[in-house]
Amino acid sequence: MTEGGRWVGAPVPRKEDEALLTGHARFIDDMEPVPGIRHAALLRSPHAHADIVSIDISKAAAHPGVHGVVIGADIAAATAPIPSAVRVPIDYYPMAADKVRYAGEPVALVAAEDRYVAEDALELIEVDYRPLPPVIDLNAAIDDDSVLLHEAVGSNVVHHRSFRYGDPEAAFEEADRVVRLDWTFPRYSSTPMETYGAVAQFEPAPDRYTIWSNFQGPFILHALMCGALRVPGNRLRLITSPQSGGSFGIKQGMYPYMVLLAAASRLLGAPLKWIEDRLEHLVGSSAASNREDAVEAAFRKDGTLIGIKFLNVVDVGAYIRAPEPASIYRMHAASNGAYRVDNIFVDNRLVTTNRLPIGLNRGYGGPQFFFALERAMDAGARALGIDIAEIRRRNFIPKDAFPYRAPAGALYDAGDYEAGLDKALDLAGYAELCAERGRAREEGRLFGIGIATAIEPSGSNMAYVTLAQTPEERARAGGRSGGLGTCTISIDPSGAVTVKTVSTPAGQGHATVAAQIVADTLGLTPDDVDVVTEIDTLTGAWSLASGNYANRFSSVVVDAIGDAARLVADKVRAVAAEDLEVAPEDVELAGGAARVVGVPEKSLPFRRVAAKTHWHPAGLPEGMAPGIFETAIVSPPELGPPDGQDRVASAVTFGFICDLAAVEIDRGTGKVEVGKYVSVHDVGNVLNPLIVEGQIIGGFAHGVGGALLEEMVYDDDGNPLSGTFADYLCVTAPEMPALTIGHVDTPSPQTALGSKGMGDGCSMLAPTAIANAVADALGREDVDPPFTLNKVWDLAADDGGAG
Amino acid sequence: MKPAPFEYCRADTLDEALDLMAEFGSDASVLAGGMSLGPMLNMRLARPAAVIDINPIESLSGIAAKDDTVETGALCRQVDALGSSLIAGAVPLLAEALPFVGHFQTRNRGTLGGSVCHADPSAEIPLTLVALGGGIVLERKGQARTVSAHDFFDGIFTTSRAPDELVTALRWPRRTARTGHAFGEIAQRHGDFAIGAVAAAAAVTPDGSLSAVSLGLGGIEDRPVLADLSDFAGAPATPQTAAEAARLAAERADPIEDPKASAAYRRQLVRVLGARVLERAFERAGASPC
Repeated sequence: MTEGGRWVGAPVPRKEDEALLTGHARFIDDMEPVPGIRHAALLRSPHAHADIVSIDISKAAAHPGVHGVVIGADIAAATAPIPSAVRVPIDYYPMAADKVRYAGEPVALVAAEDRYVAEDALELIEVDYRPLPPVIDLNAAIDDDSVLLHEAVGSNVVHHRSFRYGDPEAAFEEADRVVRLDWTFPRYSSTPMETYGAVAQFEPAPDRYTIWSNFQGPFILHALMCGALRVPGNRLRLITSPQSGGSFGIKQGMYPYMVLLAAASRLLGAPLKWIEDRLEHLVGSSAASNREDAVEAAFRKDGTLIGIKFLNVVDVGAYIRAPEPASIYRMHAASNGAYRVDNIFVDNRLVTTNRLPIGLNRGYGGPQFFFALERAMDAGARALGIDIAEIRRRNFIPKDAFPYRAPAGALYDAGDYEAGLDKALDLAGYAELCAERGRAREEGRLFGIGIATAIEPSGSNMAYVTLAQTPEERARAGGRSGGLGTCTISIDPSGAVTVKTVSTPAGQGHATVAAQIVADTLGLTPDDVDVVTEIDTLTGAWSLASGNYANRFSSVVVDAIGDAARLVADKVRAVAAEDLEVAPEDVELAGGAARVVGVPEKSLPFRRVAAKTHWHPAGLPEGMAPGIFETAIVSPPELGPPDGQDRVASAVTFGFICDLAAVEIDRGTGKVEVGKYVSVHDVGNVLNPLIVEGQIIGGFAHGVGGALLEEMVYDDDGNPLSGTFADYLCVTAPEMPALTIGHVDTPSPQTALGSKGMGDGCSMLAPTAIANAVADALGREDVDPPFTLNKVWDLAADDGGAG
Repeated sequence: MKPAPFEYCRADTLDEALDLMAEFGSDASVLAGGMSLGPMLNMRLARPAAVIDINPIESLSGIAAKDDTVETGALCRQVDALGSSLIAGAVPLLAEALPFVGHFQTRNRGTLGGSVCHADPSAEIPLTLVALGGGIVLERKGQARTVSAHDFFDGIFTTSRAPDELVTALRWPRRTARTGHAFGEIAQRHGDFAIGAVAAAAAVTPDGSLSAVSLGLGGIEDRPVLADLSDFAGAPATPQTAAEAARLAAERADPIEDPKASAAYRRQLVRVLGARVLERAFERAGASPC
């Protein structure tokens, strides 16, 4: 408990951990919810781009132990294509029928008595491919004469919109100095310990589907799955596993596989189980987008940023797969970052290539966006001869400007960015670090310092993705807004409390925090409160925004939990008040009891009062409904639709992060040693410091991976070269630099508890902070992650002969 | 990621193993630690008709001093070699290289013999054996032979082991007076296959000149190789000589190129890491008692 006697804010150990650490947690692969399950394996295309001339499944179908085989033509006949917010003639099905567009695209499914037999049978399927020229180079893909992935679109550019806020042209004309960086951002991914997994069952009379999975949402995709399966929402029941072995966004990308399995279950007349293996995950799940972008920043001599242009070329992979193009629009309303710049130009081109389709990944659009903005700030500082910390100080939105309406519509709730920067400089020992850099350089060593700051949008407005449409298109489509959070709290006849958050966590500790909140409101302890976090779309209270993404738990869901807890508390107090013969407002819930304020000995046990609502309805206050089963649904009111000028309040809370990295590069080997890394966060009021710390460390690990190691590499023919964990390198313990964490937390006025969303954290900034430090060390701005040995050695060797 | 069907054959004795080797020949894979074979089976990159499990054969596990060598059984676990005081004292180069082999979890299971048979060009244990001029004991039914490490490795994942031969032991020359060794490598992450690894051995006379010097290279060519540094016999054991020798080794190397690194980068690693380990080996040789 905190000193103030509250559970919220205290370092309550995670409720989830005992089951996880003792092997008692249940994951999707542990689930056999129905009898007669057959095991599915997928045949995947070895070609990046090819026509499917013919498929012969006869040998596979006849193989002993095989239940049945499904190919793309079967799926195309049984389902409708899955649309996205980009209205282009692309028929996206979860299995290729006529043409494959990335290596790893499913072309056939075998269902068998076990996975071994299913994989044996895959080898018996004969596919005749007619290879087509692959489209891999992003810049070549946008050429008019490029080979096309989707002929009907007429171009590989499947989406192109420009946005103008303020007067960017005038700002660039007025500028003393314009800095332009052309940069490449690598394609990388999230690689949770647990891969995708699902059990799908079709049942007739009436026709309906049930899918158990470790899908994480957003459940707006439920509507797309229903459309693909041609059923109303109540005939597609999604149930998530009690525990998920990690996601970091990637488990959004499994929904096409859920459609595939559901359709195949219907075609084959059996429930199907599919557990994606690691090889499949690395070529067939999803990834963040690689980019070939440019950024231009217009500065005054004194370092004031007066205009910025983002010229984005985004590789979406082989299909534009919903919720894309969300990754390019998630940060859009906050295109000014932490700065007061009013003149902004954004040009977005989304391009299909013969790579895996992109989707949610930690930071979702943030790593790429902040790479542009924050690389430009450091480069601008160097160009102007201003300190990299000072240039930010001169441009920050001042603390008295909150709530702050950003030029592109985001409403920043609260912040003190300068204090955050000061804290980071203090923790880093910035002056001494600069002195150390000076000494190192005198010795001929390559030493650099980089800073990056971010605002952390949390609790998404489901309408932000409609920025992909023009205001006219949006008007025609009808209104969209909001981002609902839901919670149900019930008290059973024993008086025990159960909270349902439908927040589908994948390790974030939602159950612990939910229990803290409810315990505070009901005067109980977190141990008294059981929390169910999985979703069941047929029986639970949920909505489009349900799920686990965009840091939405502590920015939206906590308010629903708080509201539901208050509804329960009000009822319990009203029941107790009658028995205690006082007014409800004179009853407080504390210490496991309902007691009269100021007369603690006059009290009733909480459980007894709550149980009475079941056992003795006739004894309840007049007009009170029996039982306790309270549901709260919230949608932050500021999350309105985009306006006619393409401005939108894209998220509920905006945290702040300031990262500082110091690196030294070994000239001999190109090894980048991150000697110091400081990260200061504003997460609003901290709900649980243990969980906040864990989230920050995890986000940092992911960001370091992006900075130093991780990349999904394709060769010129579109063959994935990072198809195993020996080639796709994630950060392991020895690669983790020491991390110093600090906090400057400003309470959010947007949430009842003052909390902000957090979790993306340093995953959005570490690639940039480290790139800035590498650029500083090497004395050149053309540095793109990941900073692998050979690449950095090449850059260092080409260091103007200094080595 | 499930293996194709195979026959599992458990060998309880060496004789049983050799019988099975004779029966299956090139259709069999031998299972020692399984740290490479396991994934290869699961990825269906290896599709043997039979997997011969030699783990029950106790006689293949020891570490023993024999005259001027230390002999390790083919099944000797990397973790046991790492914990052996005999190896630490008599084969310090191996002791220095072993922490680079995978991770402690894989070293618990991985064997010295398995790594040598697998013949990954960047593996540390084969490199160490080549750098020290060690030998490999191979047995087939009724017959045994010893092959020098230099002659054993033929290329990427290929060796001169006949299909019906089982590697039963490795022979590591014991360190002699006034010799010094040093190992170094660079990988993108600790425990990954090295992009380049170097293993230096030197003997220094009391007057500080080199009586012998060698530099083994791993991950640079398609097999572990020894750079020819015979020119440096008699040269002073100094950092300048180390740098010069490494430069020559780099010049003479014929590096491979792959998505991880260019040939130029690998050559650079020989130059930089080679100089570092040679210098360390010189120091150790000079400091060692006569």
